[in-house]
Amino acid sequence: MNTNSNLYTFIYASVLVILVAAGLAFTAIQLKPLQDKNIRIEKMSNILSSANIESNAQDAEEKFKQYITSSYAVNTKGEKLEGVDAFTIDMVKVGKAIGKIAELGESKEAESLKAELQLPVFECTKEGQMFVIFPLRGKGLWGPIWGYISLESDYNTIFGASFDHKGETPGLGAEISTKEFQAQFVGKKIYEGEDLVSITVHKGSAKAAGDLNHGVDGISGGTITSKALEAMVRDCLHGYESFLTIKKSETAKTE
Amino acid sequence: MSLFSSKDLKQLTNPLNLENPVTVQILGICSALAVTVQVEPAVVMSISVTAVTAFSNLIISLLRNTIPSRIRIIVQLVVIAALVIIVDQILKAYNYEVSKQLSVFVGLIITNCILMGRLEAFALGNKPWPSFLDGLGNGAGYSMILIMVAIVREFFGSGSIWGIKLIPQAFYDMGYVNNGIIILPPMALILLGIIIWVQRIRTKELMEA
Repeated sequence: MNTNSNLYTFIYASVLVILVAAGLAFTAIQLKPLQDKNIRIEKMSNILSSANIESNAQDAEEKFKQYITSSYAVNTKGEKLEGVDAFTIDMVKVGKAIGKIAELGESKEAESLKAELQLPVFECTKEGQMFVIFPLRGKGLWGPIWGYISLESDYNTIFGASFDHKGETPGLGAEISTKEFQAQFVGKKIYEGEDLVSITVHKGSAKAAGDLNHGVDGISGGTITSKALEAMVRDCLHGYESFLTIKKSETAKTE
Repeated sequence: MSLFSSKDLKQLTNPLNLENPVTVQILGICSALAVTVQVEPAVVMSISVTAVTAFSNLIISLLRNTIPSRIRIIVQLVVIAALVIIVDQILKAYNYEVSKQLSVFVGLIITNCILMGRLEAFALGNKPWPSFLDGLGNGAGYSMILIMVAIVREFFGSGSIWGIKLIPQAFYDMGYVNNGIIILPPMALILLGIIIWVQRIRTKELMEA
């Protein structure tokens, strides 16, 4: 057979492509449930780890049920939204909107984006203490970065944080997902007086910069990721500002 | 043993030293820089690349008499890409942690020159079994270098191997600091250069007059 004829080449290419496509589609469909489960468990495990609760792939689901006592969504005015499942809110969209709002600054467009935002809140009870957990999402150096941050019941002190990323440089920016980096956030304050100042990630060390209340050490070699993380925490927390203010005044009243 | 004739065996062992794809043929350098910061991702990467080289060699060798020569590169690419996507999907399903660490680099196996190189140079002209061995051998040769570089980089860069701390805390208390530069890609290139240098000193066949 003449393997160099046009007809043969066309048929060969078509058959090959169809076979490969079918094979890939089959693999993808077969593995999809396992992959989705991994992603869901990872999300639960991340939420838990921001409240310093260790979990692994086996017990994450159970612990999630045990510790996360309620979850709901709020808008940027701090009002609870009915009928929205906080766990399934698409943080990709939320992160994009938050990034856009920060970029636009004060403008009509930003206001309309803000009005549409649905922000998830997870309430976690551990050893009698209550924490709120906020999801975060932003842009890293190579791709999205995200995480969760938990605040103590004074709505000011950080109880824990967990971060993750899609494709930051291994060994450099990717270090944001290490326990060592995340442990630095514990005990930092997000408020300075009445101002929501968030957390600053310092190039070098926070100690050298004299910013122990609101500062953490950046990652050497991962400055862009560090700064992106700082922006993510700041922008996302600002979305919750009204919610925090309401909660703070509520706690003040009850005391 | 009929399974491994001496010629076959050579196919398997030659790429480890005399025809090492990384240090002698200088192929696949990019990923040697990218995934060698820690040992575990380097090992998973090695296994993935070895699996892809072996099976793409096997498949192309099986198809070698039917492939129209004008589109042979595209055919090779389709086979490699399909295998890489399968590997990526399997990692995501069964080893989610490491697949996150490797991120884009699994996908980038497609562009690893070793793969195309072996397909063009060997699989297109040889029977399936030797081709499969050739793929395994080249994968192993690549893996060997990758893991060597990764061990040095993780040990000096993070003070650990496979995530296990090896440099005791007492050293850090005395003022020892992890070597930050070794984590950066250029250092991988320098290490690679040193490995090539040592290999050339020790191997007569590789000495250039």
